Amino acid sequence: MRRHSLTPRQYLILAIVAVCAPLGDTCLSRGMTAVPQISLAQPGALIAAVFTPWIATGIALLIAFFASYLTALSWADLTFVLPATAFGNVIVALLSRFWLHEHISLARWAGILLITLGVGFVAQGPSLTERPAQPAEAEKVGVQ
Amino acid sequence: MTVPFPQATPGVWTAAAMIAAVVLCSTTGEVLTAAAMKSLGDLDEIRARSGLKGAIRAVLTCPLFFAGVSFLALAFFSLLFALNHLNLSLVAPASASLTLVTNAVAGKFLLKENVDRRRWAAAVFVCVGVYLLAH
Repeated sequence: MRRHSLTPRQYLILAIVAVCAPLGDTCLSRGMTAVPQISLAQPGALIAAVFTPWIATGIALLIAFFASYLTALSWADLTFVLPATAFGNVIVALLSRFWLHEHISLARWAGILLITLGVGFVAQGPSLTERPAQPAEAEKVGVQ
Repeated sequence: MTVPFPQATPGVWTAAAMIAAVVLCSTTGEVLTAAAMKSLGDLDEIRARSGLKGAIRAVLTCPLFFAGVSFLALAFFSLLFALNHLNLSLVAPASASLTLVTNAVAGKFLLKENVDRRRWAAAVFVCVGVYLLAH
């Protein structure tokens, strides 16, 4: 049953997943709009773009995201982890409102509410699908 | 200050194809990666037992993980390509929202996860929420 509720450390890992993904995407966007348009005939230009500062920062953030994401997937379902990652969009929107003092429209507040509700739904349920124990595993549990 | 290059806007079908490529590659990669991590077991426990090197070795020696990462790399370059032609405010929410739904379907039928009403509702709420947040 321990697997079905998360520890504070596991919540921290989900928070890193949520924050690093949107920040990384924003850095990638900033970097890719600053380079000339790339066509499919120039794959080398796409690789070269990886070494520009904004793209490199974006990649560093996405590596942190990926390491935390893999860890989360080892103890939780994909359909539990993914909605949790979307909460990062809410964090970015709230930061832009209260830190950068940007205007947030009614539609965006509705979006924030819906994402929060969605994440709340999955967070209340079990994090991992219960499966029948394998014979070897059941034996081990029986010994303990 | 960096001045962005002027971008020509692609047609609706081209934009849809770019987003579809990101969604398909991303879903395939995430399903394969999730299957790989489930086959390994709890990484925290592996790290406690065999140290960080042991945990990294366990991940890097799993063939399913490499299949997943290959598709995620394809998704990444598809995303870079899409961002080069389309706005982030279109690409990020559209690909994130659609990926949530395709992953819920793949989670149920391929990974045999228990996608109950609560998780379907969460996928739809987050999907609409991400769309609203971007507009």
